[in-house]
Amino acid sequence: MLDGMKALARMPARRGARAALMAAAATAVMGVGLPAQAETLRVVMHSALRVLDPIITTAYMSRNHGYMVFDTLLALDENFEIKPQMAESYSVSEDGLTWTFKLRDGLMFHDGAPVTSEDAIASLARWGQRDGMGQKMMDYVSEMVAVDDATFEIKLKEPYGLLPGSIAKPSSNVPFIMPKRLAETPASEPIAEQIGSGPFTFKQDEFQPGVLTVYEKFEDYKPRDEEPSWASGGKVVKVDRVEWVVMADAQTALNALMSDEIDYWESPPYDLLPILETNPELEMRVINKMGSTTIGRPNFLHPPFDNKAVRQAAMVALNQQDIMDAMIGNPDYYKICGAMFLCDTPLETAVGAEGVLEKDDLDKAKAMLAESGYDGTPVVIMHPTDVGTLRTQPVVAAQALRDAGFTVDLQAMDWQTLVGRRASQAPIADGGWNMFFTTWVGADVFNPIANNMVNGRGPDGGGWFGWPDLPKAEELRDAYARAGTTEEQAAIAAELQALAYDEVMYIPGGQFTAPAAWTTSVKGVLDGPAPFFWNISKE
Amino acid sequence: MLRYIAQRILAAIPVMGFVALFVFLLLRLSPGDPAAIIAGDAATPEQLEAIRERLGLNEPIYTQFFDWVSRLLQGDFGTSILSGTPVIDMIMGRLEPTVSLALTTIVLAILIAVPLGVIAAWKHGTLIDRLVMAISVLGFSVPVFVIAYVMIQVFAMNLKWLPVQGFKSIFDGVGPFAERIALPTLTLTLLYIALIARITRTSMLEVMGEDYVRTARAKGLREGRVLMRHALRNCAVPIVTVIGIGFALIISGVVVTESVFNLPGIGRLTVDAVLARDYPVIQAVILLASLVYVVINLLIDIAYVLLDPRIRYA
Repeated sequence: MLDGMKALARMPARRGARAALMAAAATAVMGVGLPAQAETLRVVMHSALRVLDPIITTAYMSRNHGYMVFDTLLALDENFEIKPQMAESYSVSEDGLTWTFKLRDGLMFHDGAPVTSEDAIASLARWGQRDGMGQKMMDYVSEMVAVDDATFEIKLKEPYGLLPGSIAKPSSNVPFIMPKRLAETPASEPIAEQIGSGPFTFKQDEFQPGVLTVYEKFEDYKPRDEEPSWASGGKVVKVDRVEWVVMADAQTALNALMSDEIDYWESPPYDLLPILETNPELEMRVINKMGSTTIGRPNFLHPPFDNKAVRQAAMVALNQQDIMDAMIGNPDYYKICGAMFLCDTPLETAVGAEGVLEKDDLDKAKAMLAESGYDGTPVVIMHPTDVGTLRTQPVVAAQALRDAGFTVDLQAMDWQTLVGRRASQAPIADGGWNMFFTTWVGADVFNPIANNMVNGRGPDGGGWFGWPDLPKAEELRDAYARAGTTEEQAAIAAELQALAYDEVMYIPGGQFTAPAAWTTSVKGVLDGPAPFFWNISKE
Repeated sequence: MLRYIAQRILAAIPVMGFVALFVFLLLRLSPGDPAAIIAGDAATPEQLEAIRERLGLNEPIYTQFFDWVSRLLQGDFGTSILSGTPVIDMIMGRLEPTVSLALTTIVLAILIAVPLGVIAAWKHGTLIDRLVMAISVLGFSVPVFVIAYVMIQVFAMNLKWLPVQGFKSIFDGVGPFAERIALPTLTLTLLYIALIARITRTSMLEVMGEDYVRTARAKGLREGRVLMRHALRNCAVPIVTVIGIGFALIISGVVVTESVFNLPGIGRLTVDAVLARDYPVIQAVILLASLVYVVINLLIDIAYVLLDPRIRYA
């Protein structure tokens, strides 16, 4: 081995490169290597897949992995309509207390076992322990019983109109169906195997965390007959193999895409988009039209943000335009949106947001701060410097707050330090905090149950970081869950949004989208709340 | 000599033990919570607590330390907190790219840098000497990522001779291996050429004025023989030291080079593990890096004896 290297090293670089290429060509001619390139889709995702269990974590990469390996009972289509997916049909009794699900014929797990009602019940039960919408649904469930291998019932304590919407939840945590033996794993432990009934099988032997994840087409998968739409419809796999290649460097991913070494790049950074846009051999499109939102979260437990008037002054000091300009830059990919359940969704409303975040209103913020009783207590803003989509908002917010008269302590740290520290309810002097920013994909915040930031359970009742203790918010969320019509749901959501703005439960920083890019040889890329790899072919 | 080696190996044990303790404490006292990373953005405090409990992170630090050490002594490095993959498998999977890059870089650097250094010393003060030193300064000064991007632009994007990124095992064929390791090797080699050529030149200049070199010349030996046999051999100690340390540096991770060329090596594994607070992985790679330094220092010391008969270890 060493001799070979020495020999190669002794060659002039150009000659060595040619020799290497000739050797590579010879290898290819001899048929050594992977299946034909045309059948392998090589993809760079936004991050590395680390946690394989899509129920134990809300990480988007785990959700994306879940969509490859697992399937869902129901799914949302692009019009936010709920469609049966693994279910052949579902219905509710006249009293609204019993939901009956019938599974499609021929559904099979990757280990060859048939999908049964028991698998679905165990999977929903485990998801219901972890997911916010699932927990809320389970509050209403009295029992889930298998009628036969393909039919099961969910019996409720009282009618719960959100049940199908919960089971069709498109983003983290998605209620994926897994074999009962895996679904019986405690919800705090990861499942031991990646066996699902989804359109792809997971290649455990080729999995290298932080390097490569490989999926192969599941030959026995039975796609639905309908056209694919978001996570619903026929999941027809048109490639043999999908490889998720981790590339730590965006410039390398760009070069690799332009050199045909990869086929698809999920999330190119905004500053490289002009290069991609002008390349005729590449296509670019926003896949997740609903997009994402960035938010600032105040901590209700400690001064100065334990004072509602101070929180209101801070919110007026910020404006979405500055945050979006710094974070995204290109107006084609962001919009100013005060709707807490996002714009272009059934629950979009501007109630409570009018004139608050849409413009620079520094004088008003100064006046409000002066009247609030603010005593100059520093506002500790956590600033993650290692995540491109999160490093700008704290800087913009800090300057806006300073301009309004706040004393700001902007503390730089890495994202994982922030993730650990934000769980601390301790006073500021003991490692606490006052504000942090994060982002959510739209499907995680588009209704009052999925949206964790309007949870008002407080520090001791299961509230989300920042811990607003607002029983009224919980009453409204319960009312939303019970609402029978979409009109009623919209009215309750608007009331909750008005409350959330008044209390400043969080500060929406704007809505944005991110395009994916792929080579022109790739056809059939679908829109969706997550990147999907069925329906994609290579020419 | 054997006794000396045995002593050095024995002395390495407390060093490794101290490193293990230091790394363990440093990680546990640093901010960050693997449970929060696993659970994701929407986790409630109760869910975080359940995951911490399962991972044993609620145990006292000394209990966690002794658990880890006792498993380590049985050869068990544990599993990744995040992926559940055995740490030893993760490290073994990352060793080949790193070792390959280290070997190709160091070999190529030696082949180019030592003759350059010798020539520069021999032609001291001439244009050739200044040219070699200019190349050295350039190699030192230009950041590795700049050289890397230029290499990619020229050889991969424009000339299309080589791929942009990736790694192929040598067991998949010498051709695919060579075409992917070529650019990172060339990139990193420039730095090591600069380092080794300067040391070689400086050392050669020192010995060229020695009596035994003058004597060799006086005996009528050819200049090439004087340079290679009498001068260079007596410069070997500092050169070997630099080469050894350089090799250890690459083995313990060259993150920028690995990232730009997408080589799945030890450097990226380390950075990823640190950012994700994957304690078992961080602890194992740092122990490995310490072991590499201990072993290479030992090998350098042994090489001293072989290269310079005046050196004796008691």
